[in-house]
Amino acid sequence: MPEIRCQGVSLTKLQGGLSTEILRAVGLTARQGEIYTVIGPSGSGKSTLLRLINRLLEPSSGTIFFAGSDIRRMPVTEVRRKIGLVFQQPMLFPGSVEENLCYGPRLRGDNSREAAKYLDMVGLERELLQRDAAALSGGQQQRVALARALANKPEALLLDEPTSALDPRATEQLEDLILGLVQSLRLTVVWVTHNMEQAKRVGDRTMLLVNGQVVEERPTADFFSWPEQELTIRFLAGKLESGVQGNEL
Amino acid sequence: MSFSALLLSLTLVIISVLISARQKLQLEKDILIGTVRAVIQLLAVGFVLNYVFHISDWRLTLIMLTVMILAAGQNAAKRGKGMPGAFGIVTAAIGGGTFVTIIIMVGLGIITFDPTKVIPIGGMVIGNSMIGAGLVLNRLMAEIKQKRLEIEAALALGATSRQAVEGILRSSIKAGLIPTIDSLKTLGIVQLPGMMTGLILAGTSPLQAVRYQMLVAFMLSSTVSISCVIVGLLAYRRFFSQHYQLLELKY
Ligand SMILES: Nc1ncnc2c1ncn2[C@@H]1O[C@H](COP(=O)(O)OP(=O)(O)O)[C@@H](O)[C@H]1O
Ligand SMILES: [Mg+2]
Repeated sequence: MPEIRCQGVSLTKLQGGLSTEILRAVGLTARQGEIYTVIGPSGSGKSTLLRLINRLLEPSSGTIFFAGSDIRRMPVTEVRRKIGLVFQQPMLFPGSVEENLCYGPRLRGDNSREAAKYLDMVGLERELLQRDAAALSGGQQQRVALARALANKPEALLLDEPTSALDPRATEQLEDLILGLVQSLRLTVVWVTHNMEQAKRVGDRTMLLVNGQVVEERPTADFFSWPEQELTIRFLAGKLESGVQGNEL
Repeated sequence: MSFSALLLSLTLVIISVLISARQKLQLEKDILIGTVRAVIQLLAVGFVLNYVFHISDWRLTLIMLTVMILAAGQNAAKRGKGMPGAFGIVTAAIGGGTFVTIIIMVGLGIITFDPTKVIPIGGMVIGNSMIGAGLVLNRLMAEIKQKRLEIEAALALGATSRQAVEGILRSSIKAGLIPTIDSLKTLGIVQLPGMMTGLILAGTSPLQAVRYQMLVAFMLSSTVSISCVIVGLLAYRRFFSQHYQLLELKY
């Protein structure tokens, strides 16, 4: 089972002799076929958490498991192929859409030209294959970024605010698309968003992260209907956007 | 050239000082300091070379080359703007390129390992490598800094560090090679290189001087290529952990 599990994950950074705790003892379990949403004010450590799961960063302490194994015991390129990461900005490479889609497979010597299949998957027309990636609209680029991750045949997907640059209509389309893919491909998904409504719409479980710490973590329906923590209630009321002081936690 | 002729040529410096004073360029002091430094440095080099050529011991020649390479490394490392280990990387690159080329030339019997040949030729080769190596380092650092997100996007798709910087590595190495290639293209047309000029002034026939210059041109392209590739291949690793993570560096 391609389950993602974080156990006591902390990250401390040294800055000018001062050590800052970016994440403190974060735990989560994301199961196959489910969407685990992470919400929180900006700067709370959401992106950092995804980068740790993809092993672009090393935690100061704690362990991250994928399908039951410590990711440090797996070849790092395999971790990253199996756990795709879609960034907030599409970050497409210079070149055509097709070149972008073939990037992952080619790294492993797979030259099968299946790019068109992945364009279909994300609902883009095949005519776009030869188009310069930089010439696409924001919504199209984000779909290509998603297709590029899917072309690696991942078992899990980490999404970092994938709709933050999109208009409401494109946001809704991308949400529906991802929901469909999660079902058809049985993916494990960790979806970071600062949009509570989105978390509510797409999530199976939801975590609120504030100042690098887990405030509350429950099935999404319960999380939004019966929040237990004072901070969660304040966040849901929109009164926490600027974060909180450390002593409030 | 007689010593008195040389002294008379100092009037040329006086002209430039007068121009500076007249035009209020305030460069008089710099011109004088520059002239004095040039005189002292050249005299020193002249005496050292005279001694080395006179002794003609291969060990001394090797030491001279090494000193030149270290000085060039020191200079090229400045373009690494405080990157730790920059000196080691560029020195290895300049030294590697220089020695490979000299070994090939001596091995094929094209030149003898004689200080009068190896040191002037080595000097030119090292000087060009120094510029190339510095350019590669500088470009590599700037591009990695600028394209962090793109590099991480590649890593996140399963690229190794090397694969993630493939394009950057290529353009950096190219940047280091371009000045040498450009100067090859204009050699003899726009510029008569210093060495040829020197040989002709000293009475060598132009055709003989041209032969030496060609030799140097070929050596330059080989040495600079080797040095630039070595810098690129050694330097990019400094930006990544062994687990293909792009490090956060202050430089
Ligand atoms: N490279 C870094 N060095 C130091 N601090 C960082 C770095 N990246 C992020 N941070 C800090 O870590 C915290 C979490 O950042 P991030 O994970 O981007 O938050 P979010 O995605 O929730 O907005 C922020 O306070 C940010 O300032
Ligand atoms: Mg973020």
